[in-house]
Amino acid sequence: MTIALRRAPLTAYGILVLVLLYAPLAVVAVFSVNDSKFGVVWKGFTWKWYQQLAANEEVRRAVLNTLIVGLTSTAIATVVGTLLAIGIAGHLRRFRSSIRALLMVPVIAPDVVMGVSLLLLYAALREATGLLRLGLTTVIISHVAFQVSYVAIVVASRLSQLDPALTAAARDLGAGPWRALWHVTLPLLRPAILAAALLALTLSIDDVVITFFTSGPGSTTLPVYIFSSVRRGISPEIHALSTCFIVVTGLVILPWAMLTNKEP
Amino acid sequence: MVRALRRLVAGDRALGRWCLWPGLGVLLVLTLVPGLVMAWYSLLGRDPNGDPVGPAGLGNYLRFFGFGGAGGWSGLYLGILLRSLLLGLVVTVGCVLIGYPYAFFLARSRYRALLLALTIIPFWTNFLIRVYAWVVLLQRKGALNALLEALGAEPVRLYPSYTGIVIVAIYTSLPFLVMPLYAAVERIDWSLAEAARDLGAGPVRTFLHAVLPQTLPGLAAGALLVFVPATGIYVISDIMGGGKQMFIGNLVAQQFSTARDWGFGAAAGIVLTGVTLLALLLLARRGMRASEVVA
Repeated sequence: MTIALRRAPLTAYGILVLVLLYAPLAVVAVFSVNDSKFGVVWKGFTWKWYQQLAANEEVRRAVLNTLIVGLTSTAIATVVGTLLAIGIAGHLRRFRSSIRALLMVPVIAPDVVMGVSLLLLYAALREATGLLRLGLTTVIISHVAFQVSYVAIVVASRLSQLDPALTAAARDLGAGPWRALWHVTLPLLRPAILAAALLALTLSIDDVVITFFTSGPGSTTLPVYIFSSVRRGISPEIHALSTCFIVVTGLVILPWAMLTNKEP
Repeated sequence: MVRALRRLVAGDRALGRWCLWPGLGVLLVLTLVPGLVMAWYSLLGRDPNGDPVGPAGLGNYLRFFGFGGAGGWSGLYLGILLRSLLLGLVVTVGCVLIGYPYAFFLARSRYRALLLALTIIPFWTNFLIRVYAWVVLLQRKGALNALLEALGAEPVRLYPSYTGIVIVAIYTSLPFLVMPLYAAVERIDWSLAEAARDLGAGPVRTFLHAVLPQTLPGLAAGALLVFVPATGIYVISDIMGGGKQMFIGNLVAQQFSTARDWGFGAAAGIVLTGVTLLALLLLARRGMRASEVVA
């Protein structure tokens, strides 16, 4: 490459950006073991914030809610989204671009708009039928609302790269459409489906605003708990909670990201 | 023979319908219908208790655009909308300035896989944690000021502040710009740039004419992914602005909590949705493939 993109300055810049990306997280981790309730002064190493965290009943409930919502909504959204991707890619020609545009709406729309519109939907349904009080169910439905789009987009992208000859061969050999789907298409899609499910799970665990608007008392999730706490003032327990989050994320994502990026 | 073919095609079509309609149904019910419900609510007024009451026509929209209040035209809400659009622009430009060279750094590095993974990890960390981590950094007795004071410099007041909002918004939006851009940069055909150099173009000219245009689709996709959410900012402006900076996202949220005017909130939400749809239209017009946008 004879282009004047000199290596050293670019690398230095890149490293700087990377360090700045991690700086806030590092600060939180450091303060989670700082024996001081306020301020920046280092007062000694301690695990007590972690201990307090483990004993906190509200936090435990929030973690449980987050897991219930995350796993349920991810399961539903992965199935629905995968089917949607297959349906669009294989069998729909006329409205494909408008459906693609519709798929993009939850991806691009500001969280506030999605949260508020879903809240209004539940309110309207509640007035009409008396059902759907705000709670874990409404949160799960709300999460599925945006997860389906992401799953469908990821799976459809992989689907478009698949060799149609494989499915055609299965059909030539006498397999019905469902058999071909189950034995040929889905196994080929498995990495994409897993990646999509992981993405959906992360989005669900991450979500603040939409959950904030569509949850009720007792259905608080971890991010909403942190949000309310932060508004009241930050305590070192939150630092400990966050550091746990960061470490778990790193341990899960690092190997996965390196594996998926080795692909050509 | 024809009968067998017909059965084949019919079977495929049945499969297609079974696959498509559940997903499409969910998408329509959870995306389109709430939008319609919100549009309906935007036409409602407010009774003294704060509950929505019978159709009030376009009163909320008139109020948003400044008319109908006592004492002439009020640009209050339009001002908030413009502030939000401006913030979106500032954040997008910031992300592009920081992220564009970074995408090249990633794409041209030998340790691409590792660097990409390292770039992604903060992104996969919980959004809220990343926001409040900046509070810890920037608050009056925070880490940054501690560092500055140790160096003998003046402490800065970045929390709460507009600048703080911009910094954090850029920080959290950066991956959304870098990912699609990186995908485009990785696919750059460098032979075009080499050809330009061979033909005598200087480095700047080569970049502008042979490299930059190839990155534009990825850049546009990333910019869109940054601009629209930044315009609808809520959590970041709430936390980093100390609750004192009002953008349209905050305005909408406020109508559903303290102000208790669901109709007006819905109207403001519709306006914000309008911005989103406009952006989507631009995306569709550029023929962007959805898969390019979501890494």
